[in-house]
Amino acid sequence: MDNLLSIVTFLPLLGAVILAVFLRGDDEAAQRNAKWVAFWATLATFLFSIFILTEFDPSNTGFQLVEERDWLLGLQYKMGVDGISVLFVMLTTFLMPLVIMSCWNVQHRVKEYMIAFLILETLMLGVFMALDLVLFYLFFEAGLIPMFLIIGIWGGKNRIYASFKFFLYTFLGSVLMLVAMVAMFADAGTTDIPALLRHEFGSETFTLLGVQIFGGMQMLLFLAFFASFAVKMPMWPVHTWLPDAHVQAPTAGSVVLAAILLKMGGYGFLRFSLPMFPVASDLMAPFILWISAIAIVYTSLVALMQTDMKKLIAYSSVAHMGYVTMGIFAVNQQGIDGAIFQMISHGFISGALFLCVGVIYDRMHTREIDAYGGLVNRMPAYALIFMLFTMANVGLPGTSGFVGEFLTLVGVFQANTWVALVAATGVILSAAYALWLYRRVVMGDLIKESLKSITDMTRRERAIFAPLVIMTLLLGIYPSLVLDIIGPSVKALIGQYDIAVATYQAATQIAAN
Amino acid sequence: METIILFAPLVGALICGFGWRLIGETAAQWTATTLLFLSAILSWIVFLTFDGVTEQIQLMRWIESGTLSTDWAIRMDRLTATMLIVITTVSALVHLYSFGYMAHDENFSENESYRPRFFAYLSFFTFTMLMLVTADNLIQLFFGWEGVGVASYLLINFYFRKPSANAAAMKAFIVNRVGDLALILGMAAIYMQLDSIKYDDIFATASTLSDATITFLWTDWNAANLIGVLLFIGAMGKSAQLFLHTWLPDAMEGPTPVSALIHAATMVTAGVFLVCRMSPILEFAPAALAMITVVGAMTAFFAATVGLVQTDIKRVIAYSTCSQLGYMFVAAGVGVYSVAMFHLLTHAFFKAMLFLGAGSVIHAMHHEQDMMNYGGLRKKIPYTFWAMMIGTLAITGVGIPLTHYGFAGFLSKDAVIESAFVGSQFAFWLLVVAAAMTSFYSWRLMFLTFYGRPRGDKHTHENAHESPVIMLIPLGVLGLGAIFSGMIWFNSFFGHTDQVAKFFGIPYAEEQAADHSATDEHGEAKAEGEHHYVFTGQPGQGAIYISPDNHTMEEAHEVPKWVKVSPFVAMLAGFFLAFQMYIRRPDLPGKLAENQRPLYLFLKNKWYFDEIYDVVFVRSAKWLGSFLWKKGDGKVIDGGINGLAMGIIPMLTRLAGRAQSGYLFHYVFAMVIGIAILITWMTISSGAN
Repeated sequence: MDNLLSIVTFLPLLGAVILAVFLRGDDEAAQRNAKWVAFWATLATFLFSIFILTEFDPSNTGFQLVEERDWLLGLQYKMGVDGISVLFVMLTTFLMPLVIMSCWNVQHRVKEYMIAFLILETLMLGVFMALDLVLFYLFFEAGLIPMFLIIGIWGGKNRIYASFKFFLYTFLGSVLMLVAMVAMFADAGTTDIPALLRHEFGSETFTLLGVQIFGGMQMLLFLAFFASFAVKMPMWPVHTWLPDAHVQAPTAGSVVLAAILLKMGGYGFLRFSLPMFPVASDLMAPFILWISAIAIVYTSLVALMQTDMKKLIAYSSVAHMGYVTMGIFAVNQQGIDGAIFQMISHGFISGALFLCVGVIYDRMHTREIDAYGGLVNRMPAYALIFMLFTMANVGLPGTSGFVGEFLTLVGVFQANTWVALVAATGVILSAAYALWLYRRVVMGDLIKESLKSITDMTRRERAIFAPLVIMTLLLGIYPSLVLDIIGPSVKALIGQYDIAVATYQAATQIAAN
Repeated sequence: METIILFAPLVGALICGFGWRLIGETAAQWTATTLLFLSAILSWIVFLTFDGVTEQIQLMRWIESGTLSTDWAIRMDRLTATMLIVITTVSALVHLYSFGYMAHDENFSENESYRPRFFAYLSFFTFTMLMLVTADNLIQLFFGWEGVGVASYLLINFYFRKPSANAAAMKAFIVNRVGDLALILGMAAIYMQLDSIKYDDIFATASTLSDATITFLWTDWNAANLIGVLLFIGAMGKSAQLFLHTWLPDAMEGPTPVSALIHAATMVTAGVFLVCRMSPILEFAPAALAMITVVGAMTAFFAATVGLVQTDIKRVIAYSTCSQLGYMFVAAGVGVYSVAMFHLLTHAFFKAMLFLGAGSVIHAMHHEQDMMNYGGLRKKIPYTFWAMMIGTLAITGVGIPLTHYGFAGFLSKDAVIESAFVGSQFAFWLLVVAAAMTSFYSWRLMFLTFYGRPRGDKHTHENAHESPVIMLIPLGVLGLGAIFSGMIWFNSFFGHTDQVAKFFGIPYAEEQAADHSATDEHGEAKAEGEHHYVFTGQPGQGAIYISPDNHTMEEAHEVPKWVKVSPFVAMLAGFFLAFQMYIRRPDLPGKLAENQRPLYLFLKNKWYFDEIYDVVFVRSAKWLGSFLWKKGDGKVIDGGINGLAMGIIPMLTRLAGRAQSGYLFHYVFAMVIGIAILITWMTISSGAN
């Protein structure tokens, strides 16, 4: 299968086209058909994507399954995966059928809703596979549109504000990235990502408008990309769009946002920032490590005080992304392994947590923590699953949450023990906010009248959680499933990074002498 | 065999927790209990046939990242074997006991199935605890470490309708996490220095730590000391040492069998186990050892003072546990790890016994826990009374002075105190005073509960009944342990060097002739024609490492007679004081509390630790959280950015209005056009290139 990556990428789009063209009417049958078409499309995508994993050779650190074609306007269509990106592809295809299943109760404009998710899947997959700058940018930016619509049309009361906030933050960040891409093209003469990875961007210090720019060209490019990825992650202090977006987004939208869209920033750092601008990364690393540590403490404290469940989990997401950026910019094997692992694992865990909120939101139509209490009395299965993912979120060994958190902390400790100490306080704070949430929602006696007739999870809901439970435990007990695949690529990445930084330092030494 | 010991409880937990609907409640409970007994029997076989040679069993790969490589594996040495019998024996007995104790629980309605859940949690706890002690690397230890934390959380929270139980469970988990933070950093530091996290590699290279430095906080630290301190802070959390002890008394919210198993015999001793396990590092970390000694001694003293005035029977025993854990740490801190393990072993028996006995009293008294409402129960519940009596004799350390005959606590506690005399005078005196207080509060508990006139609700007293046989059998078995375990294993843990060395599998050799002059000073041992031996093992050989310069244990055998007798005297003093105050003059305690009101309140309120922590940590964290949320996120970040965007917002709202009325796709269309223009521009500019 030479076109495997394209097949996987555009299969959801095909589903969307089928829906758009052939499905008519808005009665119940049509709605059901729309959901089934979307479900089968995403499931087929997942099944095809398994072939990517079987074809993939982890020991080869280059790009694999590469497809290259001429495209309009003399641009290139180039796709491929390596050890860093392949698991993000898998994460996306794995989660999307579950996401579709989770919106089975939606009744408003179902067809369009399904189309939005299918298009979104194609665009997200494209981001992780694109090997051409323009192609990457197209996927990266276009992904905003369906998400913007999902929040803006199917969201909560305040959806318009949230969707615009989401859109503006992320869009303004990427405008700078676009400028940087033009500059890269001007400098390297190609938009081919593998070629750009080999290209050395200038790192000589120069003066711009009276300001000395250390790291030169690399620094400017780095900052431009950073603006985009930092918002996407999101990093403190440009994270405030996320809680609003999550609160207003429908459950399925929140799941996609937290589980997949947030990972684009981390992926971007690993694909562009570190390998293409190593000198600038090295200069900026201490700064980013500190921002990440602050993010962990700051957002964990804020999460502690939230009264809205989704907002609490959203802030907890920001804190967990703090571990990711910290691990990436520790630039050692444990740090980056841990960061990637954390991103994958957070995909399952945060997705599951938002689904947990969705389960009771569907029943009570409120996300206020105070409206709940004592759910364990009537929903034991729900209490068990929520407990598992609460503990996974806290980073309990045996769940996937631990591996990423632990590896990033080990990695950062080697880079900067102060940052490691500050970040490790997240271990305490995460337990505090997560268990407090759990206590207020699930524990205690069932006193509130409104909750007296609440029902436990349906079979459909259990079916959605089952794969997530399995993955969370499996990756916690046998993390080699992930680490074996990413390990060699990460090692190669670090090797090249270290050489580039050493060369630069030698050069500045000579210059200084 | 070790694999069966390890996984039988897990299988039991899974069958009991998920399968009870299929096989029925009683069958599920029996499955879990039978598997636990299987584990216990196999553990005893392993312990008794163990030859001292460390053995490793690989199970599966775990975390592998660069040179950080860990497996799921079992490490079997004397430390593990000792912990195995403690854990599985107490756990099996507690399972059995729970049949009776949990038979009719007032916290649940008749048709609720809470029993399988309870047994599943107990078995799950046992599994994670076994994981902790059988670990072959620090990360697997951490798996068990957190696993027991979760099990403890679930069991404290077992009466999930009670807000006090909810709060206590949360508190236990979060306070433990403070210790875990240090433990994680300790592991990271070990990995950074030694490039591995496996015990074998750590032990083999531990000696290099004493010459290395790590930059941490504001200064450079000796690596061995820093790692030792970090690991110990982790141990402090789990073992409820001073400053991180506040969760343990609250944890008594759980059912009493849980308190016996988790908060007395096993989980809280995990910290002691960790310290003993890391003896190869600690032997190179004098500062860390000093800290362990001081904190341990202070805890022993502090908890004993608080125990003097508590009236809740379980809280008295909880503070007693806290205090005894301090003893264990002192033993480890002065470098006699074997004695720490010895006290751990004997304490597990008599403390589990005291808790189960207290459970039996509570069961008899319809869940009344306040001792002020007990009194005169000796005749009503005679078996329980005798069990508690054995436990009390053991914990207060009754035995024949200057011999090796006595209850378990007599031998192990005296061993601790003698070692402390050699290692640290400060610790020695605190421990002796604590021993007097231990005796006082233990006898106070006995007198208030079983002697005097019945107090409190008359009806309850009239209906007080002895517990069923299924609850008394565990008491009997533990009673045997509380009486004999000290005498049986005294020489193995605190005998002469060669006996201890043989037991722990440490290489040893006869002391060389040149050193004989030095040992002559110490007494007659040589004159009697005995051989003197020294430990010659390298770190990692044998279950614990004792450096060749560490003679504390040998010297502890040679301490002056008054030192050896002092704990016995302290015990007697405590007994007579309690006898005076609670049997002969029952009005005295009330008067004393009146006269010394500030002191009484200070002790009664546990030195106000909870109140201080609430202000310093809990409230300030909440305030900071609110502040960062409302001011930081709201005013500064959003305010700033919104201010910037103020010009655009009116336009946005207009757009938004149109979006709602169905024109949204216009906007999308504009987006796509925009991107298309950008691409075109790029293409053209590339043509120009």
